[in-house]
Amino acid sequence: MQSSPTTNLSSKSAAPLEVHDLTVAYTKRPVLYGIDLEIPKGSIVGVVGPNGAGKSTLIRAIMGLLPVSSGWIKVFGKPFKQAVTRVGYVPQRESVDWDFPVNALDVVLMGRYGRLGPFKRPSKADKEIAMNCLEKVKMDSYAKRQISNLSGGQQQRVFLARALAQESDLYLMDEPFVGVDATTESAIIEILRELQAQGKTLIVVHHDLTTAPEYFDRILLLNMRVVAYGKTEDVFTFENLQNAYGGRLSILSEVALTRARKKFDGDTRDNVGQ
Amino acid sequence: MNRTGKQILFALALLALPFLAHAAKIGEISETTWTDQAIDFFTMQQPIVRTALTGSLLIGFCCGILGSFLVVRKLSLLGDTLSHAVLPGVAMGFLWNASKDPWAIFVGATAAGILGVALVGWIKQTTHLKEDSTMGMVLAGFYGVGICMTTVIQNMAMGNKSGLDKFFFGQAAALSSGDIELLSIIALITVVVILGFYKEFLVISFDSGFAQALGMPVKVLHYALMALLTFAVVVSLQAVGVVLVSALLITPAAAAFLLTDRMHWMLVLAAAFGMLAGAIGAFVSYLSNNLPTGPFIVLGATGIFLLALLFGPRHGLLPKMLRRRKQRQRIALENTLKAVFHLSESSQFKDQVFEIGRLATERNATLHETESEIRNLVKADMASRLDSRNGPEMSGQAQFELTKSGWYRACEIVRNHRLWELYLTNAAQYPIDHVHDDAEDIEHHLGEELVHRIEERLENPIHDPHGKLIPNRESIKL
Repeated sequence: MQSSPTTNLSSKSAAPLEVHDLTVAYTKRPVLYGIDLEIPKGSIVGVVGPNGAGKSTLIRAIMGLLPVSSGWIKVFGKPFKQAVTRVGYVPQRESVDWDFPVNALDVVLMGRYGRLGPFKRPSKADKEIAMNCLEKVKMDSYAKRQISNLSGGQQQRVFLARALAQESDLYLMDEPFVGVDATTESAIIEILRELQAQGKTLIVVHHDLTTAPEYFDRILLLNMRVVAYGKTEDVFTFENLQNAYGGRLSILSEVALTRARKKFDGDTRDNVGQ
Repeated sequence: MNRTGKQILFALALLALPFLAHAAKIGEISETTWTDQAIDFFTMQQPIVRTALTGSLLIGFCCGILGSFLVVRKLSLLGDTLSHAVLPGVAMGFLWNASKDPWAIFVGATAAGILGVALVGWIKQTTHLKEDSTMGMVLAGFYGVGICMTTVIQNMAMGNKSGLDKFFFGQAAALSSGDIELLSIIALITVVVILGFYKEFLVISFDSGFAQALGMPVKVLHYALMALLTFAVVVSLQAVGVVLVSALLITPAAAAFLLTDRMHWMLVLAAAFGMLAGAIGAFVSYLSNNLPTGPFIVLGATGIFLLALLFGPRHGLLPKMLRRRKQRQRIALENTLKAVFHLSESSQFKDQVFEIGRLATERNATLHETESEIRNLVKADMASRLDSRNGPEMSGQAQFELTKSGWYRACEIVRNHRLWELYLTNAAQYPIDHVHDDAEDIEHHLGEELVHRIEERLENPIHDPHGKLIPNRESIKL
């Protein structure tokens, strides 16, 4: 038996994320079953699994965007609602309408809104922070650009900058590498490493198996339940992946995987693939 | 683009409406001339004018602001649903004490509107019908019930003077001071709520998932916006009419959307456009007896939209056309410069003065065309004529030379062309005979930064795939 939710005393040092026996259902059909998870401070966790495995659902459930059927979630030892300002979020890029009449800076400023009460406008300091965040993702020269005039990779970087502007301790990122160019991908991973070096915790939904072992130091293999979770070298085994993908692993990804694993067993710092 | 297309169709369809409405009333034109009425309107001596105008301005203001949120959230059909769904409520409110008591009608209509929107939500959740079909169904169903009820009321003895028919096409002159009171309260609430929670409404409209992750009460805010919208629709009915109030929600906001890329400016513009449309409608409908206000308000809004569509600086059709024309002219100019470069190159850059006739041969053009090209170059300060006869008569022997800036630009264009050919053959493995046409086009669009990146990638090449020199500014100087 797992002990009950943490006491007040330990809330300072509580794990960034603790999930116990979580079940989430859409119209009574469960998508996630009995998820147990504890994520230590300062780790980069890759959430990997086939389509429909519930990766995004897990992220959304953590933030209370979906009703939970059973189990509980603690963020820094508290329910999410009480830890809102400590969590940063990067949603999927397709989840918004990019024709919306805002510029890049407006979007990044939204990251500051969680800290402002109602009736309060973002201050000069907030705008400076937002500008700095745009600079970190090398998008400062596009600050005044309407967001539909940005490329896919640039849009993704704006989303990342917005999360940075939240100045949180735990970051949840839903597919930040989808549809971005190689430059953006390496820029994003650089920022993730930097965040980790500052002691932040990151949970990243990812679907590219070839880069997963290179990017993450922990991996959560998900397919409606936890197939495997732990340090990348322990979890990223062929058997586990076969289990997660239920034999649906195509020959192509198998080959890619073998290559990735060879790289991984050898030198992890080398770029995987090309 | 798709959204704009739909908006245009919608606007055009609306254009036809006022004429239909007018045609029905043509037999009732009163004795006074329209000029008298116009003077009457502008002096604003009559309280009825002041009431009608104030009411129309307030309505335009509220609808413009709230409609902006509908447009950016792709909920335009919701405004339509709401406005039709309130009709049974209007009838109920009237039946409450058999008079046009603004408050009773307000309560009835609001209840019906909320019921309609809630029904849309409920059907969407319990079936797998999509939102648009659900809205279309609820809209028509409620409207049908409403028409039945109002017809019954009008056929009853008390119905004769009920003025319920004004709720279909709107009559600003029928606004009472009680209506104005109600309108002012709603306008005030709208301003306070939207200003106070602007950033919240901005985030939930753009990215509601993120808003929730920030801990904002997304559902409460959404329902607050819907409630405001219902209020605005209900108080607008009297002046604009059930059928057209949705146009007043959408059209001014759509025009504003074409003109700006920032949400707060969109709100300001939409409010201004809504008020302008309201004033236009109130004015025109006052010119003659019994002209309905709603169609003219909508006509005004549609006119504003058409102006924005044609002349909007960034997305307007006319500026777009002008920009395209300017670009065509630039490309023609650059092609001439390139031909001059080729002439000079064929003499190993010894020739620096050229005859128009030779250029015409090189360009495969007539003397006349070439002459006008040179004139354009001179105008752009890229060439100068050497012959004293600057007159209109043409001569193949007339000479010209390129100015410094003309020569630079010529070098740039040729460099762009050859660099791109080289890039395609080297980096993209294009066959050598496939690259010329592509380069012909791209040479006019390559920016300085991109050129540097290509140069770097190709390690600052000197020759193109055909063995010709790739010029840079330092290597070739006049």
